[in-house]
Amino acid sequence: MFRKSLFVAQLCLTLLVCLFLIVPMLLSVLAGLTENYFVGLSSGLTFRWVIQVWQDYSDTIFRSVWIALACLAVNLVLGVPAAYALRRANNRWARAFEELLVLPIAVPGLATALALIAAYGGWSALRTSWLFILIGHVLFTLPFMVRSVLAVLGSIDLETLEEGAASLGARFMQRFFHVVLPNCREGILTGALMVLTLSMGEFNMTWLLHTPFTKTLPVGLADAYASLRLEIGSAYTLLFFLMIVPLLLAMQFLARPRGKSRNAATGKPESQSIIKEPVTP
Amino acid sequence: MNSDRAISICLQGCSKTFLDGTRALEPLNLEIVAGETLVLLGPSGCGKTTTLRMIAGLEHPDAGGTVLFDGEDVTALGIEERNIGMVFQSYALFPNMTVAENVAYGLRIQKMRKPQMQERVREMLAMMRIEALAERRIDQISGGQRQRVALARALAVRPRALLLDEPLTALDAQLRDVLRVEISQLLHDLKMTTVYVTHDQAEAMALGDRIMVMSHGRVEQLGAPREIYHQPASAFVAGFVGSMNRLRGRVGTDGFDCAGGRLSWHTPGVEEILFRPEDVRIVEAPVADLTGRVTASVFLGERTQLLVDVGDAAPLVVFADARKAHRVGETLHMQVDPCGLLTL
Repeated sequence: MFRKSLFVAQLCLTLLVCLFLIVPMLLSVLAGLTENYFVGLSSGLTFRWVIQVWQDYSDTIFRSVWIALACLAVNLVLGVPAAYALRRANNRWARAFEELLVLPIAVPGLATALALIAAYGGWSALRTSWLFILIGHVLFTLPFMVRSVLAVLGSIDLETLEEGAASLGARFMQRFFHVVLPNCREGILTGALMVLTLSMGEFNMTWLLHTPFTKTLPVGLADAYASLRLEIGSAYTLLFFLMIVPLLLAMQFLARPRGKSRNAATGKPESQSIIKEPVTP
Repeated sequence: MNSDRAISICLQGCSKTFLDGTRALEPLNLEIVAGETLVLLGPSGCGKTTTLRMIAGLEHPDAGGTVLFDGEDVTALGIEERNIGMVFQSYALFPNMTVAENVAYGLRIQKMRKPQMQERVREMLAMMRIEALAERRIDQISGGQRQRVALARALAVRPRALLLDEPLTALDAQLRDVLRVEISQLLHDLKMTTVYVTHDQAEAMALGDRIMVMSHGRVEQLGAPREIYHQPASAFVAGFVGSMNRLRGRVGTDGFDCAGGRLSWHTPGVEEILFRPEDVRIVEAPVADLTGRVTASVFLGERTQLLVDVGDAAPLVVFADARKAHRVGETLHMQVDPCGLLTL
């Protein structure tokens, strides 16, 4: 009896906390769909604000997606080999470098942005290009990619796998693409998920790095909240959700561990299969 | 299968010093005859794995060392250019590929045509009797099965030589015995030049045409298993391969006088005699060479192992009939077969 009431109490608490966190999101979504938020739902529901946001800000949405993808591409080309090199080197310098790599996360984004502007802001072709934002995003997201790939590389016996491939005649590039990359797939996918979402949502740094022609989604959102009706800002949030949630789900689906479920279905218990092995040829 | 391709392997003055200055291997000269199975035997850190990795091309000897395959200098070649088959202690199977893909990997690197490749993979899986596992993933098969996949993968490329680095160490004792017999038959059938690293003397005896016993980066003895067992060249070999009893004493007029009695040894100038437990028989007092007191009795199933204190520093190891119980503290009379007496 006591255990049951304890369970009910815990369930209620959990639900309350969830509600506390979810209600603001729901309100925000609702605000984007309400004719007049101050009047309330009685003013009626409408897609007017969503359409207006799409008309005014669709370029920021596409730009954000584009920058996030470009950021991911750069991370794949730089981050994955970097993680591999750090793992293979595995000495004092490699560990020191790994710590250095985390600095852009520790340092406030504003500071990083200011430093970038101070150093390269005078180069107007770069300053006014979306590439300037991309540089900031890569700085900020690279550690996440490197670390998640390193975590997976640390859990497999990479040296021996590579030696095994080499003993069968595989050269460096073949070993890298046939053995190293497929075996850190989960790390790469986890890293990619983080990179995409972080880049899409990054505001701090981007707010300083952007120009009126290179606004990203979060910067546009800040604009909308600051200068327009609450309903428009909320509609903007709604659009952001609609974009980021399917992306997250897709990435989660891709990053799920492979083979485990099949293993449970067909795999015999280890000891049993050992005993059943035939003794002589 | 590969008998026509067996090669000889020759190491000349190969030493290995690691970056931190430790000497893993003293200069080694070694001639491995085409088609033989050479077992490198020794405790961990003796240099056996370093020697194997040098033959494989995973380590390179210090300047001055040369590795020859059939007389051809391969010292500068990496492992991927030496065309050897290697089986690792942890198998190094690729978790991202199925059993069949693992076996086919070397052929894929060689850009073999698909039908031929499939045929060869089938042949290898059949040879190791793991056809049924072809489509399994590596994490879905047992340790013994992985071992077979590793062998099939190494042999699929028709290597010039087969190198095995403690391939049975990761398995449990029962399975190890089964696979030891299988590998022995396989090596016999293949007639391929094989180098096999192990720290298990029973494995070495069973598999080796010759055994090279190593310790501290040096070769202690190189010879046939019987030679290693019955004529150990050094105290280390005598102690490492099988169990060995030692008695100190000196040669008198009637034999070798030592603690506990007298052994029938007459060649003068000897201060220590060695003999194996199986050369000791438990007898009645009148015909005994040695007398001692049982200090421990361990029932091992097929026999009872006794420790007998005769007054020397270390107790003697003696095997007794499994059906006969010997109590601790009992006085034991023993006779030692004169043929089994050794000196170093």
